[in-house]
Amino acid sequence: MSGTRDIVITQTILDAKNINAWFGSVHAIRDISLPVEKNTVTAMIGPSGCGKSTFLRCLNRLHEEVAGARVEGQVLLSGEDIYGPGTDPVAIRRKIGMVFQKPNPFPSMSIFNNVAVGLRLAGMGNKALLAETVEKSLKQAALWNEVKDKLKAPGTSLSGGQQQRLCVARALAVNPPVLLMDEPTSALDPISTAKIEELLIELKKEVTVVIVTHNMQQAARISDRTAFFLLGELIEYDDTSRLFTNPRDKRTEDYITGRFG
Amino acid sequence: MRREAHLGDRIFYLLLNGVALSVLMLLGAIAWQLIHLSLPAIHKFGFGFFSSTNWDPVQEVFGAGPVIFGTLVSSGLALLIAAPISVGVALFLNELAPRRLAEAVGFLVEMLAAIPSVVYGLWGIFVLAPFLRITVEPWLSGHFGWLPLFRGAPYGVGMLAAALILAMMITPTIAAICKEVFRAVPQSQREAARALGATKWETMRLAVLESSHSGILGAVILGLARALGETMAVTMVIGNRAEIAASLFAPGQTMASVIANEYAEASGDLHLSALAFVGLALFAVSFAINSVARILVWRLNRNRGRDF
Ligand SMILES: Nc1ncnc2c1ncn2[C@@H]1O[C@H](COP(=O)(O)OP(=O)(O)OP(=O)(O)O)[C@@H](O)[C@H]1O
Ligand SMILES: [Mg+2]
Repeated sequence: MSGTRDIVITQTILDAKNINAWFGSVHAIRDISLPVEKNTVTAMIGPSGCGKSTFLRCLNRLHEEVAGARVEGQVLLSGEDIYGPGTDPVAIRRKIGMVFQKPNPFPSMSIFNNVAVGLRLAGMGNKALLAETVEKSLKQAALWNEVKDKLKAPGTSLSGGQQQRLCVARALAVNPPVLLMDEPTSALDPISTAKIEELLIELKKEVTVVIVTHNMQQAARISDRTAFFLLGELIEYDDTSRLFTNPRDKRTEDYITGRFG
Repeated sequence: MRREAHLGDRIFYLLLNGVALSVLMLLGAIAWQLIHLSLPAIHKFGFGFFSSTNWDPVQEVFGAGPVIFGTLVSSGLALLIAAPISVGVALFLNELAPRRLAEAVGFLVEMLAAIPSVVYGLWGIFVLAPFLRITVEPWLSGHFGWLPLFRGAPYGVGMLAAALILAMMITPTIAAICKEVFRAVPQSQREAARALGATKWETMRLAVLESSHSGILGAVILGLARALGETMAVTMVIGNRAEIAASLFAPGQTMASVIANEYAEASGDLHLSALAFVGLALFAVSFAINSVARILVWRLNRNRGRDF
């Protein structure tokens, strides 16, 4: 981590330490350490193929699901290593939610069930509580007003932007302290994008968000911290305002001024 | 140049249309021929043919009840056995097995589908039937003999043998289609489930099985269609007696096997006509069932094609 500035982090919720990740023999993530501050939005930017998605997927142990993939290093969630011996990745993923690039609601399930599915997996059987949590999550995802009259309709009957907010609600329903998002708006129109962005700013009161984005304006609009990745390395990690106005590394400057990538 | 290419396209188009049309005509010709052959039996027995339980070539009395019963029981039982196994095999191959193993096992399963049915029949006679007679059927009647299903003398050859052979024959068919159906589930669905904290098994249930209901149903119905029409192997192991018996050990007869078994030595015109009538019914049922299954699978894949 050559150009990391000593940013003041008061309360680290997620602390990645010396993460290395491979796809077979391809070394995709090279010794990245990145502490994430609680109740912030942290953006990850960088040219295509630099490892943003891979790194994000190391944070909820999804990377290791790919055949031949491997991770080394530590990720502390509130002080506890999610890669520690005996740690169950299934339990970890309930605490670290994820929203993907393409909306992926379950097509066989209604809107209601799409949101409830995580709760049911966690063993919640109480109908009233289930309904209450589903409503709360849909409200958090700013989707409630649009779907409250058709909770039984299939999740896939919604528009792309609504589907993505449904996926946000689905991830939020189990009340995870951390939410990971991999280019959640890249498949959406500007209005849906604006809705998700507003939502994130609102959400960070309760959840810590780590978001990958290709859109530098988006990173500047919504994030508190920004990390710049290049070729599997973390080049610079700083307060968003400083990184965009006064980058320390020449490569960051080249990237944000559009000289490459 | 252009005009020529255009002409070539037109000729090719007409040719394909001709081929498609001739398939339809062939289908129509078969149906017409069957109807024609069945006419004497239709006149004599009418629709009562399907409810009458007496099939007696000696008295020249023909009712399709016993063979319909035999077809339903053998195919139904075969489905009951084959469907869960096939879905399990397809899930294993698609979701759990390491790539190499999946390819090897998948190849073997496809080979099973390629074995000629007479070979299944031989295996049934020489291996399955003795095994049923000596081991399985005595055990079943010993433990479950209070059920009429498992009473009576263990012949080996009979309804149970036919159902088991059918189950073996349709498992590769159902498994292969289920595998395709499961393969069509986008990886993003599995990741969605994984990211929610679903275990491997829960992921299969949520992301794969739940969205594949109609595809699985389609696969099972295609398996059923194959079982209904399967002739050679069934004829060899079912015992060939057109009777309705409560016991699965008893010999029976199916619509397909009765035709294969009696056509060559049919005693008279009415007998021949009755067999043709059975054939006509089998043709109609298979046609309908195949159509339903194809529509189900087709609709599923079309719905999946549209993401949002
Ligand atoms: N399944 C895979 N197998 C092998 N290599 C992979 C695989 N997925 C990604 N990679 C490689 O890992 C590196 C990082 O990929 P990653 O998807 O993390 O990039 P990214 O920064 O998210 O790119 P984008 O902005 O295009 O989404 C790339 O060089 C890519 O080629
Ligand atoms: Mg990516």
